[in-house]
Amino acid sequence: MNIDGVNTGIVLDHIKAGKSMQIYELLGLDKINNCVAIIQNADSEKYGKKDIIKIDQIIDLDFDVLGYVDSNITVNIVKDGRLERKHHMELPQTLKNVVKCKNPRCITSVEQGIVHTFRLVDRENKVYRCAYCDAEHRVK
Amino acid sequence: MSEIRNLINITDLTVEEIDGLIATADDIAANHSAYENICAHKKLATLFFEPSTRTRLSFEAAMLELGGSVLGFSSANSSSAAKGESVSDTIRTVGCYVDIIAMRHPKEGAPIVGAQRTTVPIINAGDGGHFHPTQTLTDLLTIKRKKGRLNNMTVGLCGDLKFGRTVHSLIEAMLRYEGIKFVLISPQELAVPEYIKEKMNAAGAEWKEVETLEEAMPELDILYMTRVQKERFFNEEDYIRLKDSYILDLEKLRTAKEDLTIMHPLPRVNEISVEVDDDPRACYFFQALCGKHIRMALILFLLGIRKKA
Ligand SMILES: [Zn+2]
Repeated sequence: MNIDGVNTGIVLDHIKAGKSMQIYELLGLDKINNCVAIIQNADSEKYGKKDIIKIDQIIDLDFDVLGYVDSNITVNIVKDGRLERKHHMELPQTLKNVVKCKNPRCITSVEQGIVHTFRLVDRENKVYRCAYCDAEHRVK
Repeated sequence: MSEIRNLINITDLTVEEIDGLIATADDIAANHSAYENICAHKKLATLFFEPSTRTRLSFEAAMLELGGSVLGFSSANSSSAAKGESVSDTIRTVGCYVDIIAMRHPKEGAPIVGAQRTTVPIINAGDGGHFHPTQTLTDLLTIKRKKGRLNNMTVGLCGDLKFGRTVHSLIEAMLRYEGIKFVLISPQELAVPEYIKEKMNAAGAEWKEVETLEEAMPELDILYMTRVQKERFFNEEDYIRLKDSYILDLEKLRTAKEDLTIMHPLPRVNEISVEVDDDPRACYFFQALCGKHIRMALILFLLGIRKKA
Protein backbone atom coordinates (compact mmCIF):
# COMPACT_ATOMS: atom_id res chain seq x y z
CA MET A 1 0.00 0.00 0.00
CA ASN A 2 1.51 3.25 -1.14
CA ILE A 3 0.17 6.11 0.92
CA ASP A 4 3.35 8.12 1.02
CA GLY A 5 2.84 11.82 1.40
CA VAL A 6 -0.60 11.56 2.94
CA ASN A 7 -0.68 11.75 6.70
CA THR A 8 -4.38 12.38 6.95
CA GLY A 9 -6.54 12.27 3.87
CA ILE A 10 -7.90 10.08 1.10
CA VAL A 11 -6.10 7.90 -1.38
CA LEU A 12 -8.03 6.73 -4.42
CA ASP A 13 -6.12 3.68 -5.54
CA HIS A 14 -6.31 1.25 -8.44
CA ILE A 15 -7.78 3.79 -10.84
CA LYS A 16 -7.55 2.47 -14.35
CA ALA A 17 -4.57 4.12 -16.04
CA GLY A 18 -5.72 7.25 -17.87
CA LYS A 19 -8.99 7.67 -15.97
CA SER A 20 -7.73 9.93 -13.18
CA MET A 21 -8.51 13.24 -14.87
CA GLN A 22 -12.09 12.16 -15.56
CA ILE A 23 -12.52 11.23 -11.92
CA TYR A 24 -10.85 14.46 -10.82
CA GLU A 25 -13.51 16.38 -12.72
CA LEU A 26 -16.51 14.22 -11.84
CA LEU A 27 -15.71 14.49 -8.15
CA GLY A 28 -15.34 18.23 -8.49
CA LEU A 29 -11.80 18.16 -7.10
CA ASP A 30 -11.00 21.17 -9.28
CA LYS A 31 -13.36 23.18 -7.09
CA ILE A 32 -11.85 22.45 -3.68
CA ASN A 33 -9.03 24.23 -1.95
CA ASN A 34 -7.21 21.15 -0.71
CA CYS A 35 -3.93 19.88 -1.96
CA VAL A 36 -4.60 17.14 -4.51
CA ALA A 37 -1.97 14.98 -6.17
CA ILE A 38 -2.59 12.96 -9.29
CA ILE A 39 -0.23 10.15 -10.09
CA GLN A 40 -0.53 8.67 -13.52
CA ASN A 41 0.78 5.36 -14.82
CA ALA A 42 2.05 4.07 -11.51
CA ASP A 43 3.11 0.43 -11.50
CA SER A 44 0.44 -1.93 -10.26
CA GLU A 45 0.77 -5.57 -9.36
CA LYS A 46 -2.85 -6.23 -10.36
CA TYR A 47 -3.27 -4.16 -13.50
CA GLY A 48 0.18 -3.37 -14.84
CA LYS A 49 -0.43 0.38 -14.77
CA LYS A 50 -2.78 2.44 -12.63
CA ASP A 51 -3.55 6.01 -11.62
CA ILE A 52 -3.75 7.26 -8.04
CA ILE A 53 -5.32 10.40 -6.59
CA LYS A 54 -4.30 11.70 -3.17
CA ILE A 55 -6.21 14.35 -1.25
CA ASP A 56 -4.63 15.81 1.89
CA GLN A 57 -7.83 15.97 3.91
CA ILE A 58 -10.79 13.71 4.62
CA ILE A 59 -13.63 15.21 2.61
CA ASP A 60 -17.03 13.93 1.50
CA LEU A 61 -16.76 12.08 -1.78
CA ASP A 62 -19.45 10.87 -4.14
CA PHE A 63 -18.76 7.14 -3.99
CA ASP A 64 -21.54 6.54 -6.52
CA VAL A 65 -19.57 8.39 -9.18
CA LEU A 66 -16.50 6.33 -8.43
CA GLY A 67 -18.40 3.07 -8.56
CA TYR A 68 -19.81 4.02 -11.92
CA VAL A 69 -16.58 5.15 -13.54
CA ASP A 70 -14.52 2.23 -12.32
CA SER A 71 -15.74 -0.29 -9.77
CA ASN A 72 -12.18 -1.55 -9.22
CA ILE A 73 -11.18 1.65 -7.44
CA THR A 74 -10.47 1.40 -3.74
CA VAL A 75 -10.89 4.37 -1.45
CA ASN A 76 -8.43 4.45 1.44
CA ILE A 77 -9.14 6.76 4.33
CA VAL A 78 -5.86 7.59 6.06
CA LYS A 79 -5.68 9.11 9.52
CA ASP A 80 -2.45 10.02 11.30
CA GLY A 81 -0.42 8.00 8.85
CA ARG A 82 -2.51 4.87 9.31
CA LEU A 83 -5.04 3.23 7.02
CA GLU A 84 -8.29 3.71 8.87
CA ARG A 85 -10.84 2.39 6.38
CA LYS A 86 -10.86 0.85 2.94
CA HIS A 87 -13.94 1.05 0.69
CA HIS A 88 -14.54 -1.12 -2.35
CA MET A 89 -16.73 0.40 -5.00
CA GLU A 90 -19.73 -1.06 -6.77
CA LEU A 91 -22.14 0.14 -9.44
CA PRO A 92 -24.57 2.58 -7.79
CA GLN A 93 -28.35 2.09 -7.94
CA THR A 94 -28.84 5.59 -9.33
CA LEU A 95 -26.62 7.97 -11.23
CA LYS A 96 -27.31 11.65 -10.84
CA ASN A 97 -25.66 14.09 -13.24
CA VAL A 98 -22.96 11.60 -14.16
CA VAL A 99 -24.07 10.73 -17.68
CA LYS A 100 -26.45 12.46 -20.05
CA CYS A 101 -29.13 10.65 -22.02
CA LYS A 102 -28.25 10.18 -25.68
CA ASN A 103 -31.85 9.82 -26.87
CA PRO A 104 -32.58 12.94 -28.94
CA ARG A 105 -36.31 12.53 -28.18
CA CYS A 106 -35.69 12.65 -24.43
CA ILE A 107 -36.88 15.72 -22.51
CA THR A 108 -33.42 15.99 -20.92
CA SER A 109 -32.02 16.91 -24.36
CA VAL A 110 -33.85 20.25 -24.30
CA GLU A 111 -34.96 21.12 -20.78
CA GLN A 112 -32.53 23.14 -18.66
CA GLY A 113 -31.80 22.51 -14.99
CA ILE A 114 -32.81 18.86 -14.96
CA VAL A 115 -31.07 16.29 -12.77
CA HIS A 116 -29.91 13.74 -15.34
CA THR A 117 -30.87 10.49 -13.66
CA PHE A 118 -30.22 6.86 -14.57
CA ARG A 119 -31.36 3.76 -12.67
CA LEU A 120 -29.53 0.46 -12.60
CA VAL A 121 -31.81 -2.23 -14.08
CA ASP A 122 -29.31 -5.06 -14.63
CA ARG A 123 -26.24 -5.19 -12.40
CA GLU A 124 -24.75 -8.26 -14.05
CA ASN A 125 -24.76 -6.74 -17.53
CA LYS A 126 -24.18 -3.19 -16.22
CA VAL A 127 -27.34 -1.76 -17.78
CA TYR A 128 -28.89 1.54 -16.70
CA ARG A 129 -32.06 3.21 -17.95
CA CYS A 130 -32.82 6.92 -18.20
CA ALA A 131 -35.35 7.82 -15.49
CA TYR A 132 -37.18 10.04 -17.98
CA CYS A 133 -37.34 8.18 -21.30
CA ASP A 134 -36.14 4.64 -20.33
CA ALA A 135 -33.35 4.75 -22.94
CA GLU A 136 -30.72 2.15 -22.20
CA HIS A 137 -27.20 3.03 -21.11
CA ARG A 138 -24.57 0.29 -20.89
CA VAL A 139 -21.47 0.82 -18.83
CA LYS A 140 -18.37 -0.02 -20.81
CA MET B 1 -52.04 14.98 3.54
CA SER B 2 -51.59 11.83 1.54
CA GLU B 3 -49.01 11.38 -1.16
CA ILE B 4 -49.62 13.07 -4.52
CA ARG B 5 -50.37 10.51 -7.18
CA ASN B 6 -49.53 10.99 -10.85
CA LEU B 7 -50.17 8.79 -13.85
CA ILE B 8 -47.08 8.73 -16.04
CA ASN B 9 -47.01 5.07 -17.06
CA ILE B 10 -49.76 2.46 -16.81
CA THR B 11 -47.59 0.47 -14.38
CA ASP B 12 -47.88 3.35 -11.88
CA LEU B 13 -51.27 1.80 -11.10
CA THR B 14 -51.67 -1.56 -9.42
CA VAL B 15 -54.04 -4.13 -10.89
CA GLU B 16 -56.39 -3.46 -7.96
CA GLU B 17 -56.35 0.27 -8.68
CA ILE B 18 -57.14 -0.37 -12.35
CA ASP B 19 -60.02 -2.64 -11.27
CA GLY B 20 -61.20 0.22 -9.06
CA LEU B 21 -61.09 2.71 -11.94
CA ILE B 22 -63.06 0.32 -14.14
CA ALA B 23 -65.67 -0.11 -11.40
CA THR B 24 -65.99 3.67 -11.01
CA ALA B 25 -66.26 4.11 -14.80
CA ASP B 26 -69.10 1.59 -14.86
CA ASP B 27 -70.80 3.30 -11.95
CA ILE B 28 -70.52 6.64 -13.77
CA ALA B 29 -72.27 5.09 -16.77
CA ALA B 30 -74.99 3.57 -14.57
CA ASN B 31 -75.56 6.46 -12.14
CA HIS B 32 -74.68 9.48 -14.17
CA SER B 33 -76.53 12.04 -12.09
CA ALA B 34 -74.56 11.18 -8.96
CA TYR B 35 -71.43 12.54 -10.63
CA GLU B 36 -72.80 15.68 -12.27
CA ASN B 37 -71.43 18.15 -9.76
CA ILE B 38 -68.88 16.08 -7.97
CA CYS B 39 -65.96 18.22 -9.23
CA ALA B 40 -67.67 21.59 -8.83
CA HIS B 41 -65.08 24.38 -8.44
CA LYS B 42 -62.26 22.07 -9.47
CA LYS B 43 -60.14 22.95 -12.47
CA LEU B 44 -58.33 20.74 -14.95
CA ALA B 45 -55.56 22.17 -17.14
CA THR B 46 -55.01 20.47 -20.48
CA LEU B 47 -51.50 21.48 -21.54
CA PHE B 48 -50.93 20.17 -25.03
CA PHE B 49 -47.45 21.12 -26.20
CA GLU B 50 -48.27 18.97 -29.20
CA PRO B 51 -51.73 18.88 -30.73
CA SER B 52 -54.02 15.91 -30.22
CA THR B 53 -57.57 17.09 -30.55
CA ARG B 54 -59.15 13.75 -29.75
CA THR B 55 -57.28 13.18 -26.50
CA ARG B 56 -57.67 16.77 -25.35
CA LEU B 57 -61.42 16.82 -26.00
CA SER B 58 -61.78 13.53 -24.17
CA PHE B 59 -60.14 14.99 -21.05
CA GLU B 60 -62.13 18.20 -21.28
CA ALA B 61 -65.43 16.39 -21.78
CA ALA B 62 -64.60 14.19 -18.79
CA MET B 63 -63.96 17.13 -16.46
CA LEU B 64 -66.98 19.09 -17.70
CA GLU B 65 -69.22 16.10 -17.10
CA LEU B 66 -68.00 15.96 -13.52
CA GLY B 67 -69.08 19.58 -13.04
CA GLY B 68 -65.52 20.94 -13.09
CA SER B 69 -63.99 23.44 -15.47
CA VAL B 70 -61.10 23.33 -17.89
CA LEU B 71 -58.40 25.64 -19.19
CA GLY B 72 -55.23 25.18 -21.18
CA PHE B 73 -53.69 25.30 -24.62
CA SER B 74 -53.90 23.00 -27.60
CA SER B 75 -50.48 23.41 -29.20
CA ALA B 76 -47.05 24.80 -28.36
CA ASN B 77 -47.69 27.66 -30.83
CA SER B 78 -50.50 29.04 -28.75
CA SER B 79 -48.60 28.77 -25.47
CA SER B 80 -45.64 30.35 -23.76
CA ALA B 81 -43.65 27.29 -24.84
CA ALA B 82 -43.43 28.94 -28.26
CA LYS B 83 -41.52 31.76 -26.58
CA GLY B 84 -39.07 29.22 -25.19
CA GLU B 85 -40.54 28.68 -21.73
CA SER B 86 -39.44 25.39 -20.23
CA VAL B 87 -41.75 22.57 -19.17
CA SER B 88 -40.64 23.18 -15.59
CA ASP B 89 -41.68 26.82 -15.56
CA THR B 90 -44.97 26.20 -17.36
CA ILE B 91 -46.01 23.45 -14.95
CA ARG B 92 -44.84 25.35 -11.90
CA THR B 93 -46.98 28.31 -12.94
CA VAL B 94 -50.08 26.42 -14.03
CA GLY B 95 -49.86 24.27 -10.90
CA CYS B 96 -50.74 27.44 -8.97
CA TYR B 97 -53.99 27.86 -10.91
CA VAL B 98 -55.53 24.41 -11.16
CA ASP B 99 -56.23 21.20 -9.22
CA ILE B 100 -55.01 18.67 -11.78
CA ILE B 101 -53.02 18.74 -15.03
CA ALA B 102 -53.20 16.58 -18.14
CA MET B 103 -50.19 17.21 -20.35
CA ARG B 104 -49.03 16.03 -23.73
CA HIS B 105 -45.52 16.76 -24.95
CA PRO B 106 -43.46 15.56 -27.91
CA LYS B 107 -40.42 14.78 -25.72
CA GLU B 108 -40.21 11.52 -23.81
CA GLY B 109 -40.25 11.90 -20.05
CA ALA B 110 -41.62 15.47 -20.11
CA PRO B 111 -44.42 14.68 -17.60
CA ILE B 112 -41.82 13.35 -15.15
CA VAL B 113 -40.15 16.74 -15.25
CA GLY B 114 -43.57 18.32 -14.81
CA ALA B 115 -44.36 16.18 -11.78
CA GLN B 116 -41.12 17.28 -10.11
CA ARG B 117 -42.25 20.90 -10.26
CA THR B 118 -45.75 20.88 -8.83
CA THR B 119 -47.86 19.37 -6.08
CA VAL B 120 -50.97 18.90 -8.21
CA PRO B 121 -51.43 15.49 -9.88
CA ILE B 122 -50.04 15.14 -13.41
CA ILE B 123 -51.63 12.88 -16.02
CA ASN B 124 -49.45 11.93 -18.96
CA ALA B 125 -51.62 12.43 -22.04
CA GLY B 126 -48.81 11.16 -24.25
CA ASP B 127 -45.06 11.87 -24.21
CA GLY B 128 -43.69 11.30 -27.70
CA GLY B 129 -43.39 7.64 -28.58
CA HIS B 130 -43.00 6.73 -24.93
CA PHE B 131 -46.21 6.30 -22.88
CA HIS B 132 -49.90 7.06 -23.25
CA PRO B 133 -51.47 5.46 -20.17
CA THR B 134 -55.00 6.85 -20.52
CA GLN B 135 -55.22 5.16 -23.92
CA THR B 136 -54.31 1.89 -22.22
CA LEU B 137 -56.91 2.45 -19.50
CA THR B 138 -59.42 3.12 -22.26
CA ASP B 139 -58.47 -0.13 -23.98
CA LEU B 140 -58.75 -2.10 -20.74
CA LEU B 141 -62.19 -0.67 -19.96
CA THR B 142 -63.35 -1.46 -23.51
CA ILE B 143 -62.18 -5.06 -23.22
CA LYS B 144 -63.72 -5.46 -19.77
CA ARG B 145 -67.06 -4.11 -20.95
CA LYS B 146 -67.10 -6.22 -24.09
CA LYS B 147 -65.81 -9.47 -22.61
CA GLY B 148 -66.77 -9.15 -18.96
CA ARG B 149 -63.20 -10.07 -17.98
CA LEU B 150 -59.56 -9.15 -18.51
CA ASN B 151 -58.08 -12.64 -18.27
CA ASN B 152 -58.07 -15.82 -20.36
CA MET B 153 -58.25 -14.58 -23.91
CA THR B 154 -56.32 -14.40 -27.15
CA VAL B 155 -55.36 -10.88 -28.15
CA GLY B 156 -54.25 -10.13 -31.71
CA LEU B 157 -52.24 -6.96 -32.25
CA CYS B 158 -51.88 -5.92 -35.87
CA GLY B 159 -49.88 -3.33 -37.79
CA ASP B 160 -46.91 -1.30 -36.66
CA LEU B 161 -45.87 -3.16 -33.54
CA LYS B 162 -42.37 -1.71 -33.51
CA PHE B 163 -43.19 1.96 -32.94
CA GLY B 164 -46.77 1.57 -31.69
CA ARG B 165 -46.64 2.72 -28.09
CA THR B 166 -50.32 1.92 -27.53
CA VAL B 167 -49.52 -1.68 -28.41
CA HIS B 168 -46.53 -1.84 -26.05
CA SER B 169 -48.51 -0.39 -23.16
CA LEU B 170 -51.47 -2.67 -23.74
CA ILE B 171 -49.20 -5.72 -23.75
CA GLU B 172 -47.52 -4.55 -20.57
CA ALA B 173 -50.87 -3.96 -18.88
CA MET B 174 -52.43 -7.26 -19.98
CA LEU B 175 -49.38 -9.30 -18.94
CA ARG B 176 -50.55 -8.78 -15.39
CA TYR B 177 -53.68 -10.86 -16.01
CA GLU B 178 -53.87 -14.66 -16.16
CA GLY B 179 -54.11 -16.69 -19.34
CA ILE B 180 -53.52 -14.01 -21.95
CA LYS B 181 -52.16 -15.20 -25.29
CA PHE B 182 -50.76 -12.64 -27.73
CA VAL B 183 -50.73 -13.04 -31.50
CA LEU B 184 -48.46 -10.40 -33.03
CA ILE B 185 -49.41 -9.66 -36.61
CA SER B 186 -46.93 -7.49 -38.50
CA PRO B 187 -44.33 -7.44 -41.25
CA GLN B 188 -40.95 -8.54 -39.92
CA GLU B 189 -39.52 -5.03 -40.10
CA LEU B 190 -42.28 -3.73 -37.83
CA ALA B 191 -42.21 -6.55 -35.27
CA VAL B 192 -42.46 -5.95 -31.53
CA PRO B 193 -39.12 -4.83 -30.03
CA GLU B 194 -36.92 -7.31 -28.17
CA TYR B 195 -37.55 -5.81 -24.74
CA ILE B 196 -41.30 -6.39 -25.10
CA LYS B 197 -40.62 -10.03 -26.00
CA GLU B 198 -38.40 -10.29 -22.93
CA LYS B 199 -41.23 -8.94 -20.80
CA MET B 200 -43.73 -11.42 -22.24
CA ASN B 201 -41.29 -14.27 -21.60
CA ALA B 202 -40.54 -13.08 -18.09
CA ALA B 203 -44.28 -13.00 -17.32
CA GLY B 204 -44.67 -16.50 -18.76
CA ALA B 205 -47.17 -15.35 -21.38
CA GLU B 206 -47.84 -17.34 -24.51
CA TRP B 207 -47.14 -15.43 -27.74
CA LYS B 208 -46.41 -15.91 -31.41
CA GLU B 209 -45.63 -13.81 -34.45
CA VAL B 210 -47.41 -14.12 -37.78
CA GLU B 211 -47.20 -12.10 -40.98
CA THR B 212 -50.84 -12.03 -42.07
CA LEU B 213 -54.21 -11.30 -40.53
CA GLU B 214 -55.71 -14.37 -42.18
CA GLU B 215 -53.45 -16.77 -40.26
CA ALA B 216 -54.37 -15.25 -36.94
CA MET B 217 -58.06 -14.48 -37.39
CA PRO B 218 -59.88 -17.70 -36.34
CA GLU B 219 -58.46 -17.86 -32.81
CA LEU B 220 -58.75 -14.19 -31.82
CA ASP B 221 -61.02 -12.82 -29.06
CA ILE B 222 -59.65 -9.30 -29.46
CA LEU B 223 -58.20 -7.72 -32.61
CA TYR B 224 -56.33 -4.51 -31.95
CA MET B 225 -55.58 -2.70 -35.21
CA THR B 226 -52.97 0.02 -35.69
CA ARG B 227 -51.80 1.90 -38.71
CA VAL B 228 -48.90 0.79 -40.89
CA GLN B 229 -47.25 3.90 -42.25
CA LYS B 230 -45.49 3.83 -45.60
CA GLU B 231 -42.48 5.71 -44.19
CA ARG B 232 -41.78 2.83 -41.84
CA PHE B 233 -40.89 0.45 -44.65
CA PHE B 234 -37.37 0.11 -45.93
CA ASN B 235 -38.42 -0.09 -49.54
CA GLU B 236 -41.38 0.57 -51.79
CA GLU B 237 -41.46 -3.04 -52.95
CA ASP B 238 -42.12 -4.45 -49.48
CA TYR B 239 -44.70 -1.80 -48.81
CA ILE B 240 -46.68 -2.66 -51.94
CA ARG B 241 -46.34 -6.39 -51.27
CA LEU B 242 -47.52 -6.13 -47.68
CA LYS B 243 -49.79 -3.12 -47.33
CA ASP B 244 -53.06 -4.92 -48.01
CA SER B 245 -52.20 -7.63 -45.51
CA TYR B 246 -52.80 -5.16 -42.70
CA ILE B 247 -56.07 -3.69 -43.88
CA LEU B 248 -59.11 -5.18 -42.22
CA ASP B 249 -62.17 -5.72 -44.40
CA LEU B 250 -65.26 -7.94 -44.28
CA GLU B 251 -63.57 -10.59 -46.41
CA LYS B 252 -60.81 -11.09 -43.83
CA LEU B 253 -63.41 -11.20 -41.06
CA ARG B 254 -65.13 -14.22 -42.58
CA THR B 255 -63.14 -16.66 -40.44
CA ALA B 256 -63.36 -14.55 -37.28
CA LYS B 257 -65.24 -15.50 -34.12
CA GLU B 258 -68.82 -14.26 -33.74
CA ASP B 259 -67.91 -12.33 -30.61
CA LEU B 260 -64.58 -10.89 -31.78
CA THR B 261 -63.92 -7.38 -30.43
CA ILE B 262 -62.27 -5.11 -33.03
CA MET B 263 -60.41 -2.18 -31.52
CA HIS B 264 -58.36 0.76 -32.82
CA PRO B 265 -56.85 3.67 -30.88
CA LEU B 266 -58.06 6.12 -33.60
CA PRO B 267 -57.63 8.16 -35.69
CA ARG B 268 -58.01 5.61 -38.43
CA VAL B 269 -56.80 6.20 -41.97
CA ASN B 270 -57.46 3.19 -44.16
CA GLU B 271 -56.35 0.25 -42.06
CA ILE B 272 -59.95 -0.64 -41.28
CA SER B 273 -62.22 -0.49 -44.28
CA VAL B 274 -65.35 1.62 -43.58
CA GLU B 275 -67.55 -1.35 -44.52
CA VAL B 276 -66.48 -2.91 -41.19
CA ASP B 277 -67.91 0.00 -39.18
CA ASP B 278 -71.44 -1.40 -39.21
CA ASP B 279 -70.35 -4.89 -38.21
CA PRO B 280 -71.41 -5.51 -34.59
CA ARG B 281 -67.87 -6.61 -33.82
CA ALA B 282 -66.47 -3.13 -34.56
CA CYS B 283 -65.87 -1.45 -31.20
CA TYR B 284 -63.60 1.47 -32.00
CA PHE B 285 -66.22 4.17 -31.57
CA PHE B 286 -67.42 2.49 -28.41
CA GLN B 287 -63.79 2.85 -27.27
CA ALA B 288 -64.13 6.64 -27.50
CA LEU B 289 -67.04 6.54 -25.05
CA CYS B 290 -65.02 4.30 -22.74
CA GLY B 291 -62.18 6.82 -23.00
CA LYS B 292 -64.34 9.55 -21.52
CA HIS B 293 -65.68 7.37 -18.70
CA ILE B 294 -62.25 6.09 -17.65
CA ARG B 295 -60.80 9.63 -17.68
CA MET B 296 -63.65 10.73 -15.41
CA ALA B 297 -62.81 7.87 -13.06
CA LEU B 298 -59.11 8.74 -13.19
CA ILE B 299 -59.67 12.42 -12.40
CA LEU B 300 -61.75 11.45 -9.36
CA PHE B 301 -59.12 8.95 -8.23
CA LEU B 302 -56.21 11.38 -8.52
CA LEU B 303 -58.17 14.16 -6.81
CA GLY B 304 -59.18 11.77 -4.04
CA ILE B 305 -62.88 12.48 -4.58
CA ARG B 306 -65.46 9.79 -3.87
CA LYS B 307 -69.13 9.65 -4.61
CA LYS B 308 -71.24 10.43 -1.56
CA ALA B 309 -72.77 7.28 -0.14
ZN1 LIG C 1 -33.61 9.95 -21.57
